Amino acid sequence: MKSLADITAIRDKMKNLIDTRESDEDTIRIVVGMATCGIAAGARPVLSEITAEIARRELHNVIVTQTGCIGICQYEPVVEVLVPGHEKVTYVNVTTDKVGRIISEHVIGGKPVAEFTYGRVAR
Amino acid sequence: MYRSHVMICAGTGCASSGSAKVAEAFAEAIANQGLSDEVNIVKTGCFGLCALGPIVIIHPEGTFYSMVKVDDVPEIVSEHLLKGRPVTRLLYDETVKEDEIAGLHETPFYKKQMRLALRNCGRINPELIDEYIAFDGYQALGKVLTEMTPEETVQLITDSGLRGRGGAGFPTGLKWKFARGYDADQKYVICNADEGDPGAFMDRSVLEGDPHVIIEAMAIAGYATDASKGFIYVRAEYPIAIKRLNIAIEQAKAYGLLGDNIFGSDFSFDITIKLGAGAFVCGEETALMASIEGGRGEPRPRPPFPAERGLFGKPTTINNVETLANVPQIILNGADWFRSIGTEKSKGTKVFALGGKIHNTGLVEVPMGTTLREVVDEIGGGVPGGKKFKAAQTGGPSGGCIPIDLFDVKIDYESLAEAGSMMGSGGLIVMDEDNCMVDIAKFFLGFTVEESCGKCTACRIGTKRLYEVLDKITEGKGEPEDLDILDELCEYISKNSLCQLGMTAPNPVMSTLKFFREEYIAHVVDKVCPAGVCKGLLSYSIIADKCKKCGLCTKVCPADAITGVLGKEPFVINKDACIKCGACVEACKFGAIVRK
Repeated sequence: MKSLADITAIRDKMKNLIDTRESDEDTIRIVVGMATCGIAAGARPVLSEITAEIARRELHNVIVTQTGCIGICQYEPVVEVLVPGHEKVTYVNVTTDKVGRIISEHVIGGKPVAEFTYGRVAR
Repeated sequence: MYRSHVMICAGTGCASSGSAKVAEAFAEAIANQGLSDEVNIVKTGCFGLCALGPIVIIHPEGTFYSMVKVDDVPEIVSEHLLKGRPVTRLLYDETVKEDEIAGLHETPFYKKQMRLALRNCGRINPELIDEYIAFDGYQALGKVLTEMTPEETVQLITDSGLRGRGGAGFPTGLKWKFARGYDADQKYVICNADEGDPGAFMDRSVLEGDPHVIIEAMAIAGYATDASKGFIYVRAEYPIAIKRLNIAIEQAKAYGLLGDNIFGSDFSFDITIKLGAGAFVCGEETALMASIEGGRGEPRPRPPFPAERGLFGKPTTINNVETLANVPQIILNGADWFRSIGTEKSKGTKVFALGGKIHNTGLVEVPMGTTLREVVDEIGGGVPGGKKFKAAQTGGPSGGCIPIDLFDVKIDYESLAEAGSMMGSGGLIVMDEDNCMVDIAKFFLGFTVEESCGKCTACRIGTKRLYEVLDKITEGKGEPEDLDILDELCEYISKNSLCQLGMTAPNPVMSTLKFFREEYIAHVVDKVCPAGVCKGLLSYSIIADKCKKCGLCTKVCPADAITGVLGKEPFVINKDACIKCGACVEACKFGAIVRK
C-alpha cells in the first residue's frame, strides 16, 4: 500500500527525466565539444563523467548536450557551461578530473572555475 | 542518469510504418557506440503527425526526425547522439530554418495546438507507471482521496464546465451528480472506448499513449459517485491499446492505486477490461452496457438513464476516453483554469483526427473556439496538390459536411450544430474539388446500413432505402423527385429511431442536400457528376485533333472499346463497350482523352 507521499517521492526521484525531456529557459546547459578533434583529445570520457556526476549529485534542471567543432581544436576537450542570465563560460583542456570542480563550484555554486577557462588557459 | 532520451512513437500509426524495427535498430546502434548507459530509448504514444511516421524525437534538444528508416539509424546515433550534430536531411522540414533548428512548438502544426487530453502522448513511456507519476500522475487521485469529499469532487468537475467528448457534449459533472444521487449496494463506472467512426482514432491514441490517465480518472469518478467497480469497454481491434491498458492496470494494482483502501482511505476500486467485437452501435451507452452484460449489443429506451439503472440494473456513470483524460488535470489545476480555456459554453480543448485530402494527416488538439480554417489550413497544412478545399466532414456517420462558406465556423458544440454538423467524437475528414458530395453521403450511409443493429424499422429499412436512392443517383439513374424522397426519408428516419445511431444516420445526407443541392441536381437533371467521381455519369472521348494515332490506348483498354487505324485514323471510344476504368486517360501521353 502506498501513501500519497510515496507517489510524490517517486515523482521527485524521476525529476531528472522531466528536465531532459522538457528543458526550459531556466535549465542550465552543459555542452561538450564532440567533433573529431574533441573525441581524439578525450571528450568521450569527459561527457560520461559529467553525466555520471550529475546523477551522483542528483542535480535537477541541468542538461548535457554535445556540439561540433568550435574552432579551438588545440584546446579540446572543450566544455561550455550556460547558466541562464549569465555569460557563457568555456572550459578548455577538460579532463575527467576537472569535472567534479566544474560541477560543484560552477553548476551548483554559481562561481565559474576561472583557472580552467579558455581566457586563463590560452593566455 | 540518461543525458539523452530517444522518443520513438510506438502508436498504431508509426507502428504500421515500422517503428518497432527502428527502435530495435536504435538499441543496436546505441550499444555499438557504447552509449547504452547514457541514452535512453523510450517507446511512446502518438506525437500527432502520423503522416510523417515513424517519428523519432531526441531530447534534450527536442530534435524532430520524420520518416526514419532502419538504415538511417546508425547515422543518427553516430552523428547526433555521439557527436551532437543533428542529421539535417531527416529533420521534419518545418523545423529546418536557415541557420538553426526551430523548436517543435514553433512549427505551424504544433503552434496553435494545446495538448491537454494528449499531454502525455509522446512524452512518456506508457508502459512505465513511474514515468506517468513523474508528470504528476496519480496526484489528482491522491488529492481527492485525502483532501476532498465526493461532493466537492463532483462540484469541481461541474464548475469546470467539462462536457462529454464522445460527441453529445453532456455536462460531465451533472452526469456524476445524477449517479451519486442514487443509492445502491453496487455502482459502476464505465469508460466508453468503443471508438467507431471511420477515420477517428483520438481515443485509441490516448489509451496507447497514456493509459494510466484513464485508470486515474475512472478511480476519481468512482470515488465521486460511490462506485467500486469500473469497466473499460474497448474494441478488440485495438491490440496495442489493450496490451498497454492491461500493463497499466497491473502496475496500478502493484502500487496499490487500484484495489482496496487506496491511499489509506476507505475507498476501493477495481477495473476490468471488456473487449467489444467492433459493432458501431455499442458506442451507444445502453447497447454498450447490454454487451458488457453478455447480451446483444442493442440499445434500449431511455429513461431510465444509466445513472439510475445502468449496468446490471445498477447506477452507472459512462464517460468517454477523452473526457476522462481531462479529469486529473482539472482536479490538480482547478475549475477556473479549465474554464479559462475555450468558449463560453464549450470549455477546454478538443482532439481531432485529421484525415482525407489534407497535408498533415494525424492527431491534433486545439482549444475550443479555434476555427475550422485554422485547423485545416494552418495546422493541417491545407489541401495537397494545389486542389481547392470543398468541405470538411465532422462527426463521422452521425455528422455533416461543412462547406467552404462556413470555413470560419468556431469549433465548439453549439457552433458546429448550428452549421448543420456536430462535434462528434472528433473525426475530421477534409474533402477537395475531386470529392463528389453525393458519393460521400453514400459512403457514410453504406456504413450505417451495415452497422444498424436492426432493432428499429426506421433505421434498419430506412437507411437501406436511403442508400438505394443515393446509389441510383450516383449510377446516373436518378430523377428530380428522388431529392424529395431523400428529404422525406431523412426526416422519417431521424424522428422514428430509438438511439443516436438511427437518429443521426441521415445527417450526412441532410447536410450535403442542404449545402450541395446543386451537385445533387447536376446528377439527377443534367446527368453529370461535377467532381468526376460517379462512374455511371462519366463518359470518355478522344479529341480527334489531339490524337497522334499511336494506338497506345487500345493496348491498355481491358474492354477492347477503342478502335482506329494505327498512324492513319484518329482513335474512337465505343461508349457502349467502355467500362469507364480510366486506363486510357493515364496511358495517353498527349492528353487527347477527356473524361466528362
